[in-house]
Amino acid sequence: MIEQRKSARAFPHIVLWLSILIILFPIYFVFVASTRTNADILSAPMPIYPGSHLIENYGRALSEGAKNLGASALTMMKNSFIMAMGIAVGKIIVSLLAAFAIVFFNFPGRKFCFWAIFITLMLPVEVRIMPTYKVISDLGMLNSYAGLILPMIVSATAVFLFRQFFMSVPREIAEASQIDGATSMQFFRSILVPMTRTPIAAMFVIQFIYGWNQYLWPLLITTKQEYYTLLIGINRMLSGADVLIEWQIVMATVLLALIPPVIVVIVMQKQFIAGMTDTEK
Amino acid sequence: MAKQYEFPSKGLPYLLVMPQMVIVFLFFFWPSAQAIWQSFFLQDPFGGRVIFVGFENYTKLFSDPDYWASFRVSVLFALAITFSSMAISLFLAIQTNKKIRFDSFYKTMMIWPYAVATMVAGVLWLFMFNPNVGVIAWFLKYKLGIEWNHLLKADQAFWLLTLAASWKQISYNFVFFLAGLQSVPLPLVEAAAIDGAGPVKRFWKIIFPMLSPTTFYLLVMNLVYGFFETFPIVHQVTAGGPGKATQVLVYKVWRDGVINLDLGGSSAQSVILMIMVIALTVVQFRFIERKVTY
Repeated sequence: MIEQRKSARAFPHIVLWLSILIILFPIYFVFVASTRTNADILSAPMPIYPGSHLIENYGRALSEGAKNLGASALTMMKNSFIMAMGIAVGKIIVSLLAAFAIVFFNFPGRKFCFWAIFITLMLPVEVRIMPTYKVISDLGMLNSYAGLILPMIVSATAVFLFRQFFMSVPREIAEASQIDGATSMQFFRSILVPMTRTPIAAMFVIQFIYGWNQYLWPLLITTKQEYYTLLIGINRMLSGADVLIEWQIVMATVLLALIPPVIVVIVMQKQFIAGMTDTEK
Repeated sequence: MAKQYEFPSKGLPYLLVMPQMVIVFLFFFWPSAQAIWQSFFLQDPFGGRVIFVGFENYTKLFSDPDYWASFRVSVLFALAITFSSMAISLFLAIQTNKKIRFDSFYKTMMIWPYAVATMVAGVLWLFMFNPNVGVIAWFLKYKLGIEWNHLLKADQAFWLLTLAASWKQISYNFVFFLAGLQSVPLPLVEAAAIDGAGPVKRFWKIIFPMLSPTTFYLLVMNLVYGFFETFPIVHQVTAGGPGKATQVLVYKVWRDGVINLDLGGSSAQSVILMIMVIALTVVQFRFIERKVTY
């Protein structure tokens, strides 16, 4: 830092602390609400200190959910988790295979495959929801995990990240493994994939969060409570008249929906930042 | 460049790309083609009769004041989010990059909201501003005399959406701005300081120009976010209301397709959105190519 005056040194700390408080502000009140009774919350203004109903509220949210919902947060967490893991793991496997073929093999149609995958890069599901919905419904995948997961692993981000990484791998390694008598799949499994673990970890963080936070797609294709994800459950609990909403249960569920991906980002911060800034180069 | 070693195999590579290609065709090309196809037809939602109408779905859209209103609010919304979240994150990234103590703590505290779902960000702020139970709504009403009801007032609805969407987007911009700032060579900045350039001048003359690739990239990504990824917030917080005041384009596609069952009109809107994303992508890649050839 170049400026050495005391006031100049304190300035960034003050600014950053203020913004942290602003960022945390809604989270704090959501937490307070999740430890209070609904009467406390409805008696606006809501008390600003946490109450004593934390265990009761989270217990109810996890075991049965709000009265107007018919799905417990535990079930919804399971669904969100299956969807997030399915998208993250599925996308990583499919993309590793595709990138391996495109980089390490020369075959007629390689260019075509590359461009067909490439073009999906930026077109979000939002712009073609109705026809995608029809495909899933024709395949009989409404209200199923396959229906929740498969259309979400289309985008090519992972293929690109892995392709870039594979291109930086010295070809002598591949050639040497062939001379030593390994098949191409043995090279892939025991040499290439272990070398790729950093990009794989980065991709995992990004895709897990992407999957956990999907909203429009599950909103369209889940009509049965047993397939609700957390976000859909929250939406359903909030879609009545204000007085019928059990705010304390909703807010407990909001925190349950928020905490897992936040933990993933904080714990894997390094991989996450590397992954984000690398895919864009 | 010397010829790269490649595995000799005929069938295997096809097997390897197969899963990706099947998914891409089933869930990308086929639906996209369907959207284009359906945009030329009028569909009876009950009978299943289909009539070819040419460009009628498009001309109907372009002569519909609702569509233009939706277009207008989408542009304003995307610009408001882009400008506010980029300005704030750049400012915060500069503060964090000042080689101060606890900077890794600050960094973590700025980054975690990235993990919060757009929809959840909407719920957090909805709860703060709910006219009946929200603490901020209460404060505005009883301490400042401002009646807050985003379900009735269009401008309040717009600002609430902007606040929630920007709150979430700040962390994304922050990551990129901080990475960009860290790659600005410090000796250059120090030399300017020795030559008597103050912090403001150093920023505009040295740091900001060196950040321009990051800034441009973020500009495109934020516009894409504002245009296409804000459906969850709009759906949860305002449902496009009051009236149709905050009905952004992605919300209208969904509403016309899913609620109003107007498949032709919804498909035509999908096609227009696709063209917009493709245009933004092309701009993006043109720029990246230029950067690479430097």
